[in-house]
Amino acid sequence: MSSILSDELAAVDAPGPADGPAPRPSVLALTFRGILRAEWIKLRTVRSTRMTCFAALVAVIGLGALAAAVSAGDITAPEGPRHAGGFGSATDPTAISLSGVLLAQLIVAVIGVLAVTNEYGTGMIRAYFAAVPTRLPLLWAKAIVVAVVVTAGSLIAAVVAFLVGQSVLGSGVDLGDPGVVRAVLGAALYLGVISVLGVAVGALLRHTAGSVAVLFATLLIIPQLLVAILPGDWSTAITPYLPSNAGSALMTVSGSDTLLAPAAGAAVLAGWVGLLLVGAAWRMRTTDA
Amino acid sequence: MIVVEHLTKRFGRVTAVDDLSFQVRPGLVTGFLGPNGAGKSTTMRMILGLDRPTAGRITVNGRRFVDQAAPLHEIGSLLEARAVHPGRSARNHLLALAATTGVPTRRVDEVLDIVGLTSVARQRAGAFSLGMGQRLGIAGALLADPEVVMLDEPANGLDPEGIVWIRELLQGLAREGRTVFVSSHLISEMALTAEHLVIVGRGRLIADLPVSELTGTSDRVTVRSPRAGDLAALLIDRGITVTSVSTDQLEVTGLPVEEIGRRAFDGGIMLHTLTPHSISLEQAFIDLTHDSVQYAPTEVSTRTVAA
Ligand SMILES: Nc1ncnc2c1ncn2[C@@H]1O[C@H](COP(=O)(O)OP(=O)(O)OP(=O)(O)O)[C@@H](O)[C@H]1O
Ligand SMILES: [Mg+2]
Repeated sequence: MSSILSDELAAVDAPGPADGPAPRPSVLALTFRGILRAEWIKLRTVRSTRMTCFAALVAVIGLGALAAAVSAGDITAPEGPRHAGGFGSATDPTAISLSGVLLAQLIVAVIGVLAVTNEYGTGMIRAYFAAVPTRLPLLWAKAIVVAVVVTAGSLIAAVVAFLVGQSVLGSGVDLGDPGVVRAVLGAALYLGVISVLGVAVGALLRHTAGSVAVLFATLLIIPQLLVAILPGDWSTAITPYLPSNAGSALMTVSGSDTLLAPAAGAAVLAGWVGLLLVGAAWRMRTTDA
Repeated sequence: MIVVEHLTKRFGRVTAVDDLSFQVRPGLVTGFLGPNGAGKSTTMRMILGLDRPTAGRITVNGRRFVDQAAPLHEIGSLLEARAVHPGRSARNHLLALAATTGVPTRRVDEVLDIVGLTSVARQRAGAFSLGMGQRLGIAGALLADPEVVMLDEPANGLDPEGIVWIRELLQGLAREGRTVFVSSHLISEMALTAEHLVIVGRGRLIADLPVSELTGTSDRVTVRSPRAGDLAALLIDRGITVTSVSTDQLEVTGLPVEEIGRRAFDGGIMLHTLTPHSISLEQAFIDLTHDSVQYAPTEVSTRTVAA
């Protein structure tokens, strides 16, 4: 056959080839599975994904080990509050070994943001909207693929960080102790959720720098700022509901009066990500690309 | 087949597309022409559902674009060259796009071959030249064996050899019975590639006509005769303009030279000069689009119906 285009492709609604021994037509149809595959291919075929994932692993494991070493007194801590606005409490060995999440959350947020803003920046998103005119399946697929990759990687990192941290601390805490598995899983889930938050903010703002700035402010600056400027009882009423502190609640074994209960923390996180995804979906559907 | 009906798009106070209606038929290359800012890209974006029309209706192969089972198979398009992640290889870029619609890997390698990028398929697309980026975009448009191929300024950045290549590619696609819709602001290139033209200016339809008519209608003929006045009386008719340049010279538009010669012969009038000035395509195009700026909207639509 000398056709410029393939004779073997046929859409579900197209009639079969009229003459000759028909080659088995492969059916062309837009499917959610296909969109998921596309997002997976896109995520794994750029170097920045591999580099950021590696950086997140190093952050979780390396900082966890460092924090454990500081806590164990092997390294002298600098002056000042050790865990200001951050994760974990100075006394919870599990939380200490997972304190690398504080840095890793920023890295995974960037992974989520870039998965979206890169496509707006290059104009590639428009080629995808032409392939998927209803648009939203692209957002869901992106969120799912990023969440699965980040959560899976974070789980490995969190388990390693926990084991390394406990051996540095010599705490005697192990994965079988009550609440520990929940905290380690919680750390991985938290990072997965933050990466989806990155996807949502990226889709809302469509620009890398702006999205990253908003996420850094939300995750790092606002929690500290609120503690600093609000009257004490306001601050204790509000700050537990911030995404980062809701995440802390998931990762701490020995609860704390400044944090929500783990289940409540999970619900609050789900609420944040749900809200932002709905906003992102609305913007993606209604704004000209 | 693309059917556009009363399409309007306003961006705030700018009306980019203004009550535009036309059809793009299968089996031939239709050129979409207009000066910069005429609304070509905006129209194409609306056909793909990227911009929401302020008013009007578009169907592609009889259906609204969002209702297609395999949109990529209905319309293959190229709107922006180099809309590629610079760090991803050409092949991976196409593999991802192909995956959405279930296009097999074998087909990805086939289109890379068609556009001549096989040897650089695994290189970072960021290192591609403008012309290579354009070819990659065209590969993406052909990926899912589309019924309609729609390209926005595909010749941009191509070298002369590339321009000939794309001309033959588009004509080949049309011969296979596909609908081919290509925008350009280069009339001379379109005249060689397209059979039919849709011409827009300031968002409005100016002309919807076969390429042959664009050249035909723009002919002006100079006639010199000792009896120029008598000849003018024989020539003048509806739709024909006769201008007296001097006592023995006329400028005639709207009549072919053969007809002028025949009428003079029948009237027994001797001619000294009979010279057709075929206006260049560029000039015809400029005249047409220039008109659109000057004419009131109602007159523009009258012209449209006439064409
Ligand atoms: N997103 C937008 N916001 C505001 N105005 C816009 C937008 N997109 C296009 N326009 C305006 O709409 C008009 C038509 O633009 P369009 O890009 O469709 O023209 P074009 O025919 O493709 O021109 P060119 O030959 O330069 O590519 C222009 O006046 C442009 O400024
Ligand atoms: Mg344009």
